[in-house]
Amino acid sequence: MIETGHLAAFLALAASVVQTWYGLRGNRPMAARMALSALCIMGISFFFLIISFVASDFSVALVAENSHTLKPLMYKIAGTWGNHEGSMALWCLVVIGFSVFGAIRLQTGRTRFEAVALGIQGAIATGSLAYLLFASNPFLRLDPAPLQGAGLNPLLQDPALAIHPPMLYLGYVGFSFVFALAAAGLIEGRIDRHWARATRGFVLAAWVPLTVGIALGAYWAYYELGWGGWWFWDPVENASLMPWLLGSALLHSIIVTEKRGSFAAWTALLAVLAFCFSLLGAFLVRSGVLTSVHAFAVDPLRGSLLLAGLLAYGGAALGLFAWRAPSLRSGAAWGLMSREGALMLNNLVLAVATVTVLIGTLFPLLAEVTGRQMSVGAPYFNLTFSPLMAALLVVLPLVQSWSWGKASISPNWKLAAIVGALLGATILAALFVFKLPFGAAFGLALGLWLLFGAGREVFRRAMVPSRLLSLPARVWGMTFAHAGLGLFIIGAVIETGASYERTIALAEGDSAEIAGWTLTLDAVRSGEGPNWYSDEGTLLAKSGSKEAVLTPSKRYYPAARMPTTETAIMKSLRGDLYAALGDRRVVDGRTLWTFRVYFNPMIDFVFFGVALMALGGGLAMMPMRKRKTEAKVPIEGPATPEPQRTKVIA
Amino acid sequence: MRARTRRLGIVSVAAALLLVAASLVFIAVKESADLFWTPTKLAELGGPTPGLSGKVGGFVAVGSLSYDSPTEIRFEIIDDAHSITVVFDGITPDLFEEGAGVVAEGAFNETGIFVARLLLAKHDENYVPRELKDAEGPST
Repeated sequence: MIETGHLAAFLALAASVVQTWYGLRGNRPMAARMALSALCIMGISFFFLIISFVASDFSVALVAENSHTLKPLMYKIAGTWGNHEGSMALWCLVVIGFSVFGAIRLQTGRTRFEAVALGIQGAIATGSLAYLLFASNPFLRLDPAPLQGAGLNPLLQDPALAIHPPMLYLGYVGFSFVFALAAAGLIEGRIDRHWARATRGFVLAAWVPLTVGIALGAYWAYYELGWGGWWFWDPVENASLMPWLLGSALLHSIIVTEKRGSFAAWTALLAVLAFCFSLLGAFLVRSGVLTSVHAFAVDPLRGSLLLAGLLAYGGAALGLFAWRAPSLRSGAAWGLMSREGALMLNNLVLAVATVTVLIGTLFPLLAEVTGRQMSVGAPYFNLTFSPLMAALLVVLPLVQSWSWGKASISPNWKLAAIVGALLGATILAALFVFKLPFGAAFGLALGLWLLFGAGREVFRRAMVPSRLLSLPARVWGMTFAHAGLGLFIIGAVIETGASYERTIALAEGDSAEIAGWTLTLDAVRSGEGPNWYSDEGTLLAKSGSKEAVLTPSKRYYPAARMPTTETAIMKSLRGDLYAALGDRRVVDGRTLWTFRVYFNPMIDFVFFGVALMALGGGLAMMPMRKRKTEAKVPIEGPATPEPQRTKVIA
Repeated sequence: MRARTRRLGIVSVAAALLLVAASLVFIAVKESADLFWTPTKLAELGGPTPGLSGKVGGFVAVGSLSYDSPTEIRFEIIDDAHSITVVFDGITPDLFEEGAGVVAEGAFNETGIFVARLLLAKHDENYVPRELKDAEGPST
C-alpha cells in the first residue's frame, strides 16, 4: 500500500535527522546505524512506490498521471522515476545509499571526521526528504481513481532512458558525499594527504556514473529524437556538463593533495562546488526557468525551494570554507614548471570552461530579464568552450610527464619533429584530401596527439614493455581516460564536420542516392505494439555488394496523444547510415513518404571514447597494491592523534 | 620557488585565462546569440532585412501549408495581425501541423522569406517552446 511507503518516507526522514545529530556529535557507530536504518526504510518506501506502478494502482495520483496498463513491465518500473516526484524519491534513496556506502568504505582511522561526514550527509538526506514529502509528494491518493492512466511521455519509453536517470543521480548525488567529506574535513581542519586518499575513491564513485549517465542521455538523443545529432548544448545537457567538468577538475587536483599535500583549500572548494553545481542543475531543470523535456515540474514553489536549498547548503559550505581554509596546512614546495603546475593549469582551464558554459546557459535568462528573447546555441560554445578545452588538451601530452616539485625538462627534439610533422600532415590531408573544415581537421590531429600522449606516458612509466601489465591500475585508468578522450574528440569532430544529411521523398518503388548508398523504398506498412501503433517504412540500402534493410518508423501513442520517431541505424566501420521516417505527402496525386537520411561517420568513436573514459575512472578506483617504494613516503594519517576537543563545531 | 613568486605566477596565468575567456564570450554572444521575433515585432521593426538571422515564432496559418518540392514546405507564421513566410527543407517535427505553434530557426533571404534550418514544434502537452509560452493563439 502506498500509505506504507508514505509512512516509511517519514520514518526515513526521522532516521536522517537522528543520523545528523549523532554524526555532528561525533558518534560514528550510531550515525552509521541510523544511515543503514534510513536506507532500509527508504528502500521499503521506494519499493511500495514501484509496486503501485507495476500494479497500475491509479488511485495513486502519480501513477494515474504517469502510467498506463498497456505499458510494458520494464517501463512501468522505469516510469517510477520518469517524473518529477518519483525521481526525487530516487534522489533521496541515492543520498541515503551514499551515507551507507560511506559508512562502510570510509576507514580513515579518524572517527570524528567520519562521524561528522555522515552527519552532514544525514543533513543533506534530511533536506532532500523534507523537499520530497512537503513539496513533491509522490505518495498522494487520487479520489475518485481514474480507470486508466495518462501514460509515460512516449519519448521516455526507451531502454537507454530507463537507466539514464539512475546513473545520472548516482553521479549528481555522489558529489553530495564528496561535499560532506569536504565540509567535515574543513570542520576538523584536516584537508590533508590522508583526507585526499580517502576522498578520491568517492569522487570517482560519482564521476564514473555521471559520465555514463551523460553518455546514455546523448545516445538516447541520437537515436530517439531523429535529428541525427547527439549533443545540442541544451540547457539540461549543460546542467549535467558543469558538475562533470568540475568533477574532472577535482579528480586531478585531489591527486596533488593526495601525493603532495598541496592544493588542499582548492580541492575542498572544488568538492563543495561540484555538488553545488549538481544542485544548480536540479534547480535549472526542475524549476521550469528553462524549457526542456526534463522540465517535469513547472512549479515556481518547487523551483524556489530548490534554490533555497542550494543557497542554504552551498552558502553554509562556502562560509565554512572561508572561515577554515586559511588554517589549512600547505604541502610540499613546488615550482610552476612541475606536475603541480601542470595540474593547476588543468584546473584553471576546466574551471574557466565551466564558467563559459554557465554563462551560455544563464545568458538567455538574463537577457529575458532585460526584456529581450535570446537563445544561445552551438556557435557560442564552439567559440568559447571548445578553444579553451583544445588549448588544455594540446598542452596535456607535453606536461604529463613532468615530475612533482620541479620538473627537469629535456625535450626529445627528434621525436617532437617526427610527431609534429605527422600531425601537420594529418591536418593538411584532412583539409585538402578529405575536405574537412579547419576545426575538424585540427580536432582530428588533437585526438591523435592525445592518443599518442597517452601511449607514450604509459610506456614511460613502465620503462620496459614487459612491466606494462604490472603498472598500478590507476595508471591504466589515467591512460584509458586520456585515450578515451582522444577517441571521443576524433569521433566528435569527424561526425560534426563530415556528416551528411538529406531529406528525400519517395513513393513505393522509388530510389535515391545518399553517400554512396542507393536507397529504395519497398513499402510503408502499419504495425502495432502494446501501447502504440505505427507506420513502418522498409528501405533497401545497397552499396556495391553490401546490402541492408532499414526500417525507420513513426509511432503514435494514443494514451499520450503523441507521436515519436523511431530511427533505423545501420552500423558499419565507416559510420552509421541513419534514417528517420517523416510525414506522408500527397504531391500531384502521388503518395510520397519523406525520409531524413544521415550518414554519420565515426559516430561510434564518440560513445566508445566516453565508455573508455568511464572504464578508466573505474580502474582508477581500484585500491593500490602496496609497493616497497611507497612505504618510504610518510603519510600523516591516523598515526598523528586527533587533537582533543570537547565540542565539535557544527 | 618561493611561495610569493609562485602565487604571482598562478594569478597571472589565471588572469590571462579569464581575459581570453571573457573576450571569447563577448565575441560569441555578439555573433551567435539568436534574436527572436514574432510577426508583429518584426513588422514594428520595419520588416525583414535580407541576411538577418535568428528565430521567428507564432502559429502555422491554417491553409497556408504547401509543397515547393516533395521535400520543401512553405507556410505562413502568423500572430494576431501579421505574418511571415517560411520555407523549410526537411522533415517536420512530430507535432507540426496547421494551427499549431512553431518556432523556426534560420535567416531571411533577399525576398524577405524566412529560410528555416530547424523547426521546433510543441513537444508534448507539457513542453512548449519557451518563446511560445506567452503567445496567444490566433482568434480564428
